[in-house]
Amino acid sequence: MLTTEEIQKINHEISQVPSPKNACIEALKIVQQNDGWVSDERLQDVAAYVGMSTAELDSVATFYNLIFRQPVGRHVILLCDSISCYVMGYEDLRDHLYNKLSIQYGQTTADGRFTLLPNCCLGTCDCAPALMIDNDLYRNLTVEQLDEILNKYT
Amino acid sequence: MEKPLTQHIVPGRQPLSLKEYEQVGGYQSVRKVFKEMTPAEVQTLVKDSNLRGRGGAGFNTGLKWSFVPMGPDAATPKYLVANADEMEPGTFKDRLLLEGNPHQLIEGMIVAAYAIQASISYVFLRWAYKLAAQEITKAIHEAYEAGYLGKNILGSGFDLEMHLHTGVGRYMCGEETALLNALEGKRANPRAKPPFPQVSGLFGKPTIVNNVETLCNLPHIVNKGAEWFKKLGLTEDAGTKLYGVSGRVKTPGCWELPMGITIRELLEDYAGGMQDGYLFKGLLPGGASTDFLVAEHLDLPMDYGAIQAAGSRLGTGTMIILDDQTCPVGFVHNLQHFFAQESCGFCTPCREGLPWVEKILLAIDKGEGKPEHLLTLDFHTKYLGPGNTFCALAPGAMEPLQSALKYFREDFERHIHEHHCPWSKAWQPSI
Ligand SMILES: Cc1cc2nc3c(=O)[nH]c(=O)nc-3n(C[C@H](O)[C@H](O)[C@H](O)COP(=O)(O)O)c2cc1C
Ligand code: SF4
Ligand code: FES
Repeated sequence: MLTTEEIQKINHEISQVPSPKNACIEALKIVQQNDGWVSDERLQDVAAYVGMSTAELDSVATFYNLIFRQPVGRHVILLCDSISCYVMGYEDLRDHLYNKLSIQYGQTTADGRFTLLPNCCLGTCDCAPALMIDNDLYRNLTVEQLDEILNKYT
Repeated sequence: MEKPLTQHIVPGRQPLSLKEYEQVGGYQSVRKVFKEMTPAEVQTLVKDSNLRGRGGAGFNTGLKWSFVPMGPDAATPKYLVANADEMEPGTFKDRLLLEGNPHQLIEGMIVAAYAIQASISYVFLRWAYKLAAQEITKAIHEAYEAGYLGKNILGSGFDLEMHLHTGVGRYMCGEETALLNALEGKRANPRAKPPFPQVSGLFGKPTIVNNVETLCNLPHIVNKGAEWFKKLGLTEDAGTKLYGVSGRVKTPGCWELPMGITIRELLEDYAGGMQDGYLFKGLLPGGASTDFLVAEHLDLPMDYGAIQAAGSRLGTGTMIILDDQTCPVGFVHNLQHFFAQESCGFCTPCREGLPWVEKILLAIDKGEGKPEHLLTLDFHTKYLGPGNTFCALAPGAMEPLQSALKYFREDFERHIHEHHCPWSKAWQPSI
């Protein structure tokens, strides 16, 4: 079920485009903003609302890296694994996160606190290595700084 | 040295508000084009300035606009899109302009929209640029309040809507026709050309997609003229350029400098040379999809012609340095992993070829490579090269590979003969 508030927001997006379908990505974003991810059920609701088949909408949803079709933790860590961060040693950050959180890429900590995902270039290559947690960007990172940063997120 | 694009950007300080921006001459170009110039005159001015698109391909901007149907019979609405996707690894220049001076971008977009008579515009911004999203939202709001956007701008009779659109993460969204699909709520697969977007783009209407840096140049060209702009460059390519350096240099960064400055100056005078204990081995001059250059190229000017003559591309002008302690195979493997993951999967050579390339590089990197693997890689650089795939992603991916096979072939061979990575740290791909 879409909430009244979600429907309002989606209707606004639909009003900006020629056909309701054209607003489907925006609608997925609205749902994800509330739930953190897009479940099958919610995907079906959005598809019905914008007039698409579930399969058609799923093919759009799964195309994009940042529409999550699986539950994620309360905080999502996007670790840059692209070239400048590779040269500057992001792998040490990855290994530290693996150990510290006891998870690997694509997994969520047992307490539901963090999901760790690799992400391509965050566009801050002169300050590599870099990662993002939710909306916060961290640059010029060293392994030593990681623990303190993680502590900020409960 | 003139730095029109970054003159009002102070690191660590908030971007100029609309009022402050106006005080330093902001939005004068908008007033000027409305009062003194026809759209055709703006197009001619930009063509004459020799501004080449800063998104990577380097096509003359005014010429690109000239393919948009004009006049009362042209389809409406027409669209203008600022390409602020910037997902190419090693590229971080537009971020500076987006976060540092959003009003300059909006001003440039109004000029561009006027030149092609577009009435709806979008900033297509990647998801990760949160600060930029905040600043642009604020700036668009201020511009509407002040009457630079909306209906009958400054009493000119010209209307322009502007929307911020945040993407949901996919390198393909930067490719201009794929970007249009993404804006339409579809998978970001590229579209067949022709028809070109200038004629049939967003929602089937005439559309121009321009890079952020390209658009930010426009107010200055309008205010100061084509000749002034041409003289900014040191070589035949006009203007200034945002150049960047990343990797094991002393002071990595991004600087606005005259077009045509040499690689050596960038590397030594601006990036401070290599970090202690690291030696220069090679560089990608303009992002992940450009060919390696090596020591013999250090005195080349960083402009379109010279870099192309040396077998590479200026691309985005943001160079990535390979040092002697980073394995070249691991370096290329990392790049190919990116391209394989980001392939949209629409055409077979790219969908099948890139994972194959990645697997071979993984094998070589781990010391499990065979001599015939190098032939298979050579083969791929040909069959995934220009003309064999639907868009430029796969050919772009082959650029660093083919040049690495040329300049660092011995390093590939050593991995194969010695059955291990001489740097002893094979790169591990993520999921
Ligand atoms: C796979 C791929 C990704 C691209 N990504 C970007 C990008 O993020 N930003 C950009 O401005 N151009 C990008 N381009 C180039 C655009 O297709 C297009 O040429 C450019 O936005 C045009 O703007 P310009 O004429 O101002 O350079 C990309 C091209 C390809 C093939
Ligand atoms: S070359 Fe790759 S990215 Fe481009 S259309 Fe083909 S599959 Fe998609
Ligand atoms: S490569 Fe990591 S931020 Fe660009």
